[in-house]
Amino acid sequence: MSTIRKAVVAAVALAVGGTALAGCSTSGGGAADAKTVKLVSHDSFAISKSVLKEFERRSGYKVQMIKGGDAGKAVNQAVLTKDNPQGDVFFGIDNTLLSRGLDEGLFTPYKAKGLAGVPEQLQLDKAQHRVTPVDYGDTCVNYDKAYFARHHLAPPKSFDDLLKPAYKGLLVTENPATSSPGLAFQLGTVAEYGTKGKGGWQDYWKKLKANGVETVDGWEQAYYERFSGAGGGGGKGDKPLVVSYASSPPAEVMDKKPAPKEAPTGVATGTCFRQIEFAGLLKGAANEKGGKALLDFLISKEFQEDMPLQMFVNPALESAKVPELFTKYGQKIDDPKTVAPDEISKHREQWIKQWSSLVLK
Amino acid sequence: MTAAEEAAGEEATGEGGPAGAPGARGAGRRATVTRLALMALPAAFFAVFFAYPVLTIVGRGLRADGSWQWGRAAEVLGDSGLLHVLWFTVWQAAASTALTLLIALPGAYVFARYEFPGKRLLRAVVTVPFVLPTVVVGSAFLALVGRGGLLDDLWGVRLDTSVWAILLAHVFFNYAVVVRTVGGLWGALDPRQEEAARVLGAGRLAAWRRVTLPALAPAVAAAALMVFLFTFTSFGIVQILGGPRFATLEVEIYRQTADFLDLPTAAVLTLLQFAAVLALLGLHAWTVRRRESALKLVDAARTARRPRGAGQWALLWSTLAVIAVLLVLPLAVLVERSFAGPDGHGLVFYRALRAAAGADSTFTVPPLTALWNSLAYAVAATAVAVLVGGLAAAALARRGGGRLVRGFDALLMLPLGVSAVTVGFGFLIALDEPPLNLRASWWLVPLAQALVGVVFVVRTMLPVLRAVDGRLREAAAVLGATPWQVWREVDLPLVRRALLVAAGFAFAVSLGEFGATVFIASPDRPTLPVAVARLLGRAGELNYGQAMALSTILMVVCAAALLALERVRTDRTGEF
Repeated sequence: MSTIRKAVVAAVALAVGGTALAGCSTSGGGAADAKTVKLVSHDSFAISKSVLKEFERRSGYKVQMIKGGDAGKAVNQAVLTKDNPQGDVFFGIDNTLLSRGLDEGLFTPYKAKGLAGVPEQLQLDKAQHRVTPVDYGDTCVNYDKAYFARHHLAPPKSFDDLLKPAYKGLLVTENPATSSPGLAFQLGTVAEYGTKGKGGWQDYWKKLKANGVETVDGWEQAYYERFSGAGGGGGKGDKPLVVSYASSPPAEVMDKKPAPKEAPTGVATGTCFRQIEFAGLLKGAANEKGGKALLDFLISKEFQEDMPLQMFVNPALESAKVPELFTKYGQKIDDPKTVAPDEISKHREQWIKQWSSLVLK
Repeated sequence: MTAAEEAAGEEATGEGGPAGAPGARGAGRRATVTRLALMALPAAFFAVFFAYPVLTIVGRGLRADGSWQWGRAAEVLGDSGLLHVLWFTVWQAAASTALTLLIALPGAYVFARYEFPGKRLLRAVVTVPFVLPTVVVGSAFLALVGRGGLLDDLWGVRLDTSVWAILLAHVFFNYAVVVRTVGGLWGALDPRQEEAARVLGAGRLAAWRRVTLPALAPAVAAAALMVFLFTFTSFGIVQILGGPRFATLEVEIYRQTADFLDLPTAAVLTLLQFAAVLALLGLHAWTVRRRESALKLVDAARTARRPRGAGQWALLWSTLAVIAVLLVLPLAVLVERSFAGPDGHGLVFYRALRAAAGADSTFTVPPLTALWNSLAYAVAATAVAVLVGGLAAAALARRGGGRLVRGFDALLMLPLGVSAVTVGFGFLIALDEPPLNLRASWWLVPLAQALVGVVFVVRTMLPVLRAVDGRLREAAAVLGATPWQVWREVDLPLVRRALLVAAGFAFAVSLGEFGATVFIASPDRPTLPVAVARLLGRAGELNYGQAMALSTILMVVCAAALLALERVRTDRTGEF
């Protein structure tokens, strides 16, 4: 019996010693290793290991990734730690949060090599190049094709359509206060209807509420629990319309074998709000040179062509080939809605508050 | 210090002890020194890993733009919506606590006193909810009480977006807290005391009320306090099952910090939550004081026996029924979903998980890697929690000490009342410079997880430590034992069970912790809950199925670990 006790004592001693050691060994970690470049991003960042290895081999840098929650939280962490940044490059600040990052002075200007290949309308900071556009994607209403076929009903195409009695009680959306697609959808209505009192976005939401829109807090609940077109979640949802991404239909097909003729879900192309994701060199980066090399890599053809199937977004580089999965099962969004980043930054909280008192109460 | 002096010191500071007796003052001072020495490590731990980060982030909020934001604070506190949130937070926590006690106390009795086949397995199973990510539990509950769920199919009853779903889910999560903390002490109570009362003519109820209940009160109060704090700071469950119409203070703090980065508002709300928690702790201390008394403790394995008579069998069966419906059914839904592939039931999702190991992407996490990360963190967090919490409990268990001790006791509970996002963000900005540059350190995660684990260790061990009869220690001391020997030969055997229960909890808390971990875990070491959240964030049947499969693995690992702990305990029965 004393052996057990000894083991316990030894384990505890080990733990204490380990804690002390870890404290010592990392206390000198502030000095950057010139051979390591640190990429700070959100939880959805992904890359093929082979593509990453190729960059590391060619550039001589080892890439270390630091992720922090979803997109909004990652940006807020970067703002909080701006005096002592966690890494060299930040990826994943989108146009709904861009102004916050720029106003806080997060980034050092750098014009990435190959930027000429990125369309001008994606370059929201083209005067100063503090951030580089890397990808874009759209948030749109998705519909369950089987439901609309069964009911001999044409799926909605636009924001106006969603107010029609035929679609009463069919839509589930997310709370803009807690969900990024929820906010994008609300911003889409701001772009479509403007901020004036009569006929403005608030009027639209009053009518949408009267037409039975349901709201949940997170995309996971909306998509997996409430939406009838989702493959996962037991298919128990009874709402054939959900606010999700333009890339959700291809994602539904991704691992299906054999590949189906078409995606089980479709996109209402007139309800889309465009989100552009940027990367930037963090001010105070320990390895600026490596950071610049990494930024160049983020808009290189290798990364841009790898990215769609890793993160389900569209490449910013015009010449990058989009995978067949996207072209075959996705829909091209010709006229997405947008709102200027500084407008969003100025009014976000106010709009969310107004939305909450309109829709939740 | 000799053992005899140590014992004398104890006596001197004890309530009603001969404090003024000649020579006792020096010994009393020495007892205080011992206490302070025991408290040093836990106090330092809390100062560095809790108080400092939390105060840093709160201070940053209150002193935004170089000046104190008092006007802003008044504005936040004056918001009429806040009162509404505060009221809902308090009453749902009170209701959840009452409901949990009502449902789980009979369970605690059954686990403590009855012997039945599969008891150990079941005790591990009821703790499993504790480790599951809330988003997964929310999903399982919706499958039961939501639209198109089991209740809806059978009786057309829907509870989602109602407060009932929130309350039931809170019972689901906290059942084990009551069963384990109360049951730990109940099992060690000598049933002969109650029997003696009955022999002396007390009725069954009177005997229970006069003998057992007072003995149990501290453990029940501790369990109630923990359940209240857990539900008071409930976040994911309220969001998923209640929907956007329900918001607790915790939800607001999270939103203001993580989504809006409105640190002044978040700081004011955090302080408000602090104040509420402190008031509660004060109330708890006031009700419990003087209730803790020395009890005759016996080996729990000896007090449990097979139920006898119709009444006892009925109690056993009804407890099992409650567990089956409230705890096992939601878990079963998860397991079922992890096997429900596109072409009927099978191992599709598990195979997909295994394939992830060889996939050419940084998105997919090989399950074995995530499992290993989780286990390594959990073992480290448990070791830290047991060490820090054990020392703290030992310090607190010494009689006397007055305000200092009570203040320390309350301080130890605070981590339960602080938002994970506050701790997570606090770590990021406070522990980023030498000599405490832990931001990139592996240890940051277990240290954050241990904060909650320590609370469990202290709360489970303290009632038992305080119940150890001081005369046993004195007797040992008189017979020449050193303080270390006294502790090893008297206290340890009696509290070993509580220690293992506490370690089990600390382990489970760490395995399932998500809130703080997601902010500080390095991405190349994702834990199981982080990997589940990642999968659930994407569309596609395969991603959802893999999330369920990974959750099932998390459940099995947790149950296996808890069972192993139980086995350690039973290896040494019959020792006293």
